[in-house]
Amino acid sequence: MTNTISLMFAGVGGQGSLLIAELTSLAAVNAGYDTKQTEVHGVSQRGGSVETHVRFGKKVHSPIVTPGEANAVIGLEKLEALRFAHYVNAKEGTILVNDYELIPGSVVNAENIYPHEAIDFLKSKELHVTALPASKTARELGDGRMANVVLLGALSTLLPIPQETWDKTLRFRIPARYLEGNLKAFQAGREMMS
Amino acid sequence: MREFLLGNEAIARGAWEAGVKFVAGYPGTPSTEIVETLAIRFPETNPRWSANEKVAFEEGMGAAIGGLRVLVTMKHVGLNVAADAFMVFPYSGTNGGFVVISADDPGMHSSQNEQDNRYLARAGKVPVLEPSDAQECRDFMIAGLELSEQFKTPVMLRTTTRLAHHKGLVEFGVRKEVERREFVADAKRFSVPIYRLMRRPEVEKTLNALTEYAETCPLNRVEDSRSSIGVVTSGIAYQYVKEVMPEAGVLRMGMTFPLPAKLLKEFCAKYETVYVVEEGEPFIEEYMRNLGITNVKGKEIFGVIGEYSPGRLRNSLGLGDVPKPFTEGVRLIPRPPMLCVGCGHRTVFAALRQLKVIVSGDIGCYTMGALPPYEAEHTTFSMGSSIGVSVGLEQAGHKDTVAIIGDSTFIHAGIPPLIDAVYNKSNLTLVILDNSATGMTGSQPNPSSGKDVLGEEAPKLDLEALCRATGVGSIEVVDTWQRKEIVNVLRGAIAYKGPAVVIARGPCQQLPEMKRRNVIPFIVEEELCTQCDACFKVWCPAITRTENNYPVIAAKECTSCTVCAQICPTDAIKLAEVAA
Repeated sequence: MTNTISLMFAGVGGQGSLLIAELTSLAAVNAGYDTKQTEVHGVSQRGGSVETHVRFGKKVHSPIVTPGEANAVIGLEKLEALRFAHYVNAKEGTILVNDYELIPGSVVNAENIYPHEAIDFLKSKELHVTALPASKTARELGDGRMANVVLLGALSTLLPIPQETWDKTLRFRIPARYLEGNLKAFQAGREMMS
Repeated sequence: MREFLLGNEAIARGAWEAGVKFVAGYPGTPSTEIVETLAIRFPETNPRWSANEKVAFEEGMGAAIGGLRVLVTMKHVGLNVAADAFMVFPYSGTNGGFVVISADDPGMHSSQNEQDNRYLARAGKVPVLEPSDAQECRDFMIAGLELSEQFKTPVMLRTTTRLAHHKGLVEFGVRKEVERREFVADAKRFSVPIYRLMRRPEVEKTLNALTEYAETCPLNRVEDSRSSIGVVTSGIAYQYVKEVMPEAGVLRMGMTFPLPAKLLKEFCAKYETVYVVEEGEPFIEEYMRNLGITNVKGKEIFGVIGEYSPGRLRNSLGLGDVPKPFTEGVRLIPRPPMLCVGCGHRTVFAALRQLKVIVSGDIGCYTMGALPPYEAEHTTFSMGSSIGVSVGLEQAGHKDTVAIIGDSTFIHAGIPPLIDAVYNKSNLTLVILDNSATGMTGSQPNPSSGKDVLGEEAPKLDLEALCRATGVGSIEVVDTWQRKEIVNVLRGAIAYKGPAVVIARGPCQQLPEMKRRNVIPFIVEEELCTQCDACFKVWCPAITRTENNYPVIAAKECTSCTVCAQICPTDAIKLAEVAA
C-alpha cells in the first residue's frame, strides 16, 4: 500500500473514542505500518467534543487529517458525526455512525435544538453513511459503554489490517476482566458490516 | 527498541536515557505528561511536581549547578512565572546539562494566551531546539543536554500542542548513567549582582559561539530539490510542509535560536521563492528579512493566529478548497465541556450567581464558571490573579466582589497577593476551591493533597493555618456539596469587615481514590416526583429525562454528591438502597 489511510474518530469525552483510535493505531503498528495519531480537545474535562486523528501507511508525515481526506469518519454519536462529517472523502470514504444521541448538557434547550435528523441530512449530501446500532448492541451484550468497540469492529472490516492482528491488539491492550465482553462487541461490529 | 509514543512520553524517554537525575515541573497543558511518564516509568530520574514553575526552575538550576543532568518542564505561560530565574541563569551558565521544556499552545486549546516563547529565549540569550516528531522529541532531549554541557548554557526545548500531543513510532536505547560533575563554589560566577557585570561579556561570548555552531548544527537539515520553491520550517509544521509541498526544497531548522545567517542565505539563494512555515510568530522570518533576504513569503500568507495544519497550508497556498463543516440546513450545535458529574465547584458557582456579586476568577476547571448556566465568573487572567484583581476592583469602588481560586493555583501564586490584601487593609472575600488536586491538568497531586508525584505520602499543607498566619480575620471551612450552607457562609464572608476566606472543601471526582470507591447512586422515585425540574437546575450531566419527562440519574455516573437530593422539594431523590 502506498496511500496513507486517514481516519477521524469523533465522540464525546467519556465515550471511549480515544481508546478505539488508540487500538486502531496499535493494530496498524502491529501490521507494520508507519502510524501517527493525535487528539484534539479543549480543556481537559469530560463532556466536550473529542476528535482523534489516526493516519497510517508506508510513511506518514502529518498526524492531522485534512477535511475531505478521511477514508472513514467514526462518529460515536450523531451530533459529533455531523460535526466532523466534512473530514470524509466524499467519493471514497465512509461515515460510520452510532445511531445514538447524547444531548449536550451545557447547551440551553439542547433537547429541542439537537439535530435528530443528522443521519438523513448527511445522506442527503450524497455521502456514504452507515448508521449502526452500536449502543443498543453493546447494551444487549451487557454494557453500553462498549459501543465504541462495536464501532471498531465495524471499522476493522474497512481497513487493510488482518483479523488476527486486531485480535492480538485487543488482547494486549484491554484489561483481562473486560476482554471477553469487548471481543464479543468487536465481533458484533464486524458482523454488522457483513 | 521501538514504541508508539506521545511526543511528551518520548521527551521523558530521552531524559531517562540521557541520565537525567533531577526533574521538576508544574502541571500545564501541553507539558504535563512528561513528568507523569517519568514518575510512572522512570522514577530513577527523581521527578517532582513543584509549587510553581519558578520554584521548579530554581530547583533545577540548583541541581544543574550542583552537577546533575536536569530537566524542567512547564507550559509556555509557566515560563513567564519562571522568567526571573530564566533570564539570569545564562549569566552564570550551567554545570550539568539543563533543559527547560516550553510547551507552547498555538490555538490556545487550554491556555489564556498564544505567546511564542522563542522571543523569551532570545531575550534571555538561551538556545532553542524544536523537534518535528515524536522520534525527535526523544533525540533532541538528549542533544539538548549535550549542547547544554558543551556550551555551559541552559537550553530551551520548545514544543507545541500538536507535537507534544501526537503519537508516533520512536526508536530508543537504554539509560546511560552520567557521573555528577564537580561543583566548585565560585561567587564570581554564581553570586551577587556586583559580579554579574563581569559575567556580562561571557553571555555574549557564549551566544557568539552558539551562533557559529548553528551554521553546522546537525539538527538543522537541508533537503534540496529541483523545485523553484524552497521552504524554511521548524517544529511540527515541517510535517505539514512535507505533506502539502512534497516537491519543495526544505531547510528544517532544528535549532531556531540562534539562527545561522550563512546557511539561511545560501539556502534562499538556491530557490526563486522561499516560504517560511513556522507555528506562532514570524520568529525565523523576521530574522531572514533582517538579513536582507527578499524572496521570502510567510505570515502574510499563513497568518500568526492559531494552530497550523495541512488543510490550512493548502488553503493559504491556494491549492484547492478544503471542505468546511456542514452548517447550512442543519443545526450544528456546540458541545462545550462541562464540570464533571459530582464536581464540587458547581454549588459554589450556583451560590455566586444567586448572590449577584462580581467574581474575579483564576486558572483552573472553574474558568467554566464564566459560561452558561452559571455565568458567575467575570474576569480570568493569569495564575493567582483573582486576588489582586479583586483588590483592584475594590479600589475602583466595587464593593461586592469575590475572588475564587483553586488550592493548586492558590499555592502556586495566590499566597503573596493574600498577604498583600491583608497588609493593605482590603475587604477581600476569597473562596478557595479546595479539591486537593491540580484538577484541570488531570488531578495531579500538590502540597494540599498529602501525596507526592510518585503517590507516596507527603506533608499536607494546612490551608487554614496558612491563611490565619497572613492575618485574615474570618476563615470558614465548608463542605463544598452543602448548597445552602455555602450560600450562608459566603453571605457572611462578604458582609464581614476585613479580609475573609471561605474554603469550600471536597475532593476532585477525577482523583483515583474517588473513582475507585464504591458509590451508592441516587435514584428518582417517580411516584414522589412532581416534574418541577428543580433537579435539572443542578446542571449535573448524570441527570437526563425519561420519555415520560421524569428526571433519571445515570447510576454508573452518579457520585452520590447529594446536591440534587438536597434541591428536590418533594424528597423524590433517594439513595438507591434506601429507596423502596
